[in-house]
Amino acid sequence: MTIRKPEDVIEPFNFEGFDSALLKTLYLRMVRAREFEEKLYYLFLTIKMPGTMHQATGQEAVAVGVASVLNADDYVTSTHRGHAHCIAKDVSLNSMMAEMFAKRNGACKGMGGSMHLCDFSKGMLGAFGIVGAGIPIATGAALSSIVRGTRQVAVSFFGDGAINEGVFHESLNMASLWKLPVIYVVENNQYALSMPNELESAVTDLSSRGCSYNVPGRTVDGNNVLAVYNAARQAVEDARNGKGPFLLECVTYRVRGHARFEQPNYRPKEEEELWKQYDPILRFKQAATTAGILSESDLKAIDQQVEKEIEDSIAFAQSGEDVGALDYKQFIYSGQMEGGVE
Amino acid sequence: MRKLSLADAIREAMIQEMRSNSNVILMGEDVGRFNGAFHVSHGMFEEFGPKRVWDTPISEAGFMGMGIGAALTGLRPIIEFQYADFMYCAMDQIVNEAAKLRLMSGGQANVPLVIRAPQGATGRAAQHSQSVEAYFMHTPGMYVVMPSTPYDAKGLMISAIRLNDPVLVLEHKLLYGAASPGGGKALTDQTISEIGSDVPEDAYTIPFGKADIKRAGSDVTIIATLIMVHRALAVAGELEKEGISCEVIDPRTLVPLDEETILQSVRKTNRVVVATEDVERGGVSAELTSIISRKAFDFLDAPVECVAADNTPIPFGPAAEKHVIPQMEDIRDAVYRVLKD
Repeated sequence: MTIRKPEDVIEPFNFEGFDSALLKTLYLRMVRAREFEEKLYYLFLTIKMPGTMHQATGQEAVAVGVASVLNADDYVTSTHRGHAHCIAKDVSLNSMMAEMFAKRNGACKGMGGSMHLCDFSKGMLGAFGIVGAGIPIATGAALSSIVRGTRQVAVSFFGDGAINEGVFHESLNMASLWKLPVIYVVENNQYALSMPNELESAVTDLSSRGCSYNVPGRTVDGNNVLAVYNAARQAVEDARNGKGPFLLECVTYRVRGHARFEQPNYRPKEEEELWKQYDPILRFKQAATTAGILSESDLKAIDQQVEKEIEDSIAFAQSGEDVGALDYKQFIYSGQMEGGVE
Repeated sequence: MRKLSLADAIREAMIQEMRSNSNVILMGEDVGRFNGAFHVSHGMFEEFGPKRVWDTPISEAGFMGMGIGAALTGLRPIIEFQYADFMYCAMDQIVNEAAKLRLMSGGQANVPLVIRAPQGATGRAAQHSQSVEAYFMHTPGMYVVMPSTPYDAKGLMISAIRLNDPVLVLEHKLLYGAASPGGGKALTDQTISEIGSDVPEDAYTIPFGKADIKRAGSDVTIIATLIMVHRALAVAGELEKEGISCEVIDPRTLVPLDEETILQSVRKTNRVVVATEDVERGGVSAELTSIISRKAFDFLDAPVECVAADNTPIPFGPAAEKHVIPQMEDIRDAVYRVLKD
């Protein structure tokens, strides 16, 4: 059994076209995602938080690289491992943290939790708890953009496990047929819970799997935020200009277990240790400071900003009211029927 | 007033809403260039073109999910399943996504979506004959609508399109009617005395959760949906000659259910027959019986009788299908049984 090694996929950092403001934004979003989840992990350990969660530790460059090329009104669908996608699409940490604590001031009023985080005002249509479910939904958002003539683009993030769901294939076929502005981002973290990609995909070159549907694809170093950004920018620009969908595979590695406290005893420790050396935040820091584009103090200032944002988000969450036992009743239907539909 | 078939009434509702709201679109298999397998969408592709009427590939889960994505982002899609049976290919998208998104998102998600699906046994065997309502009545977060007449169909369909919630409209193939271009005689039934019914030309809505008393009576209440409404009415007409007065209630929407109209009738007649085409076990008739037993127990003079399909995949042979699906004589016998004591 082999998984992809860092040396098979890494690309050098090329700063051409990135100014320091954009680089700081990319770093800020990656650190936000990382530290938000690290804080959640700690809160779960201390049993201060209900429910469960799935960490994207080590995968932040995929969410941030792609979402950072999008306009505010572009659409995103995400997965059960969705915190980073929400953060990259600028969903507020306060509302996300409050949702994790099941508070009324949470993003989903405490009705969704970690696996259903969303913020429609940010184009974040949802983290979908059913694997692959967001793929046709993003495709439909792209169709909607065509019908309404808005030039909005939709991005669907999903994992290597989801690529074997039927809706992936059905969606790519229709998106290609109708030239819909949708980017399919396979965040290949190499494990579908316990299953390495080789044991569940007959074709493991995942970006080639659009060829049945005439959907172009490309595989990039998913732990290099600049490589992801550049690939996504081209795909989004083409989609916006009517050239149709794109399948972008970002190879990364799921450093943590599948969920909360799960220990990944189905893979060698050495493999994890090796990939940890190719951590996307670490690599970005080293490359940016070595190239002299960002200074240690630039980065430190961002780290401190994020630390404060996260402390503030916890304070915000704790100031919120707990979800009441009957809150759910107002969210099952629109309530429009009671008031008439005229 | 002119008479329309049920298929014509549904088509007119869709066309009027599409003319008045450019965000309404229709998607499904063969709905465009072919005018729909049952010709319910006849002429719509010609009028509205390919950006409003989408001929989809045979990808039920895919286009159902796309309808949801479109609904979340400002459109009001009508998704046609060629047969209700095919909805099972899209169960995740319907049950886990469309029906749950509003709650999961804390009320952020509007899902203004109509799912239309023809159902009912018409000699097409086990995978083109099922009555699917119980699955979706069991799915909180969506509405379930079952129009038995052209008048109801138009008004309920317009309500469905204007609502910001997912609505499943189940249409009975035998009720589409001879006036439907795709219908023809094969899709009529001897118990439907008159195919067309009076339907106003202007758009109108019928609120959900308002049952319709299709025939008033005093001896026994027959609660029926879709084609069973017509069979019950035919039975009621015959039994009148024997001096038995049947009240026939069509709930029209199973979700929300007009319990009050049903219970009022039960309190008056004290005897109830429930007639539906879905299978008996875990079915709509069982649910209605449960509600009546729990909420009007003291008013019952006899156990509620369930007239529903036998617990079997629907067999092909005409004699077998006829045995499995409730017929007029099954309803009549049930009325006799509740009146026995």
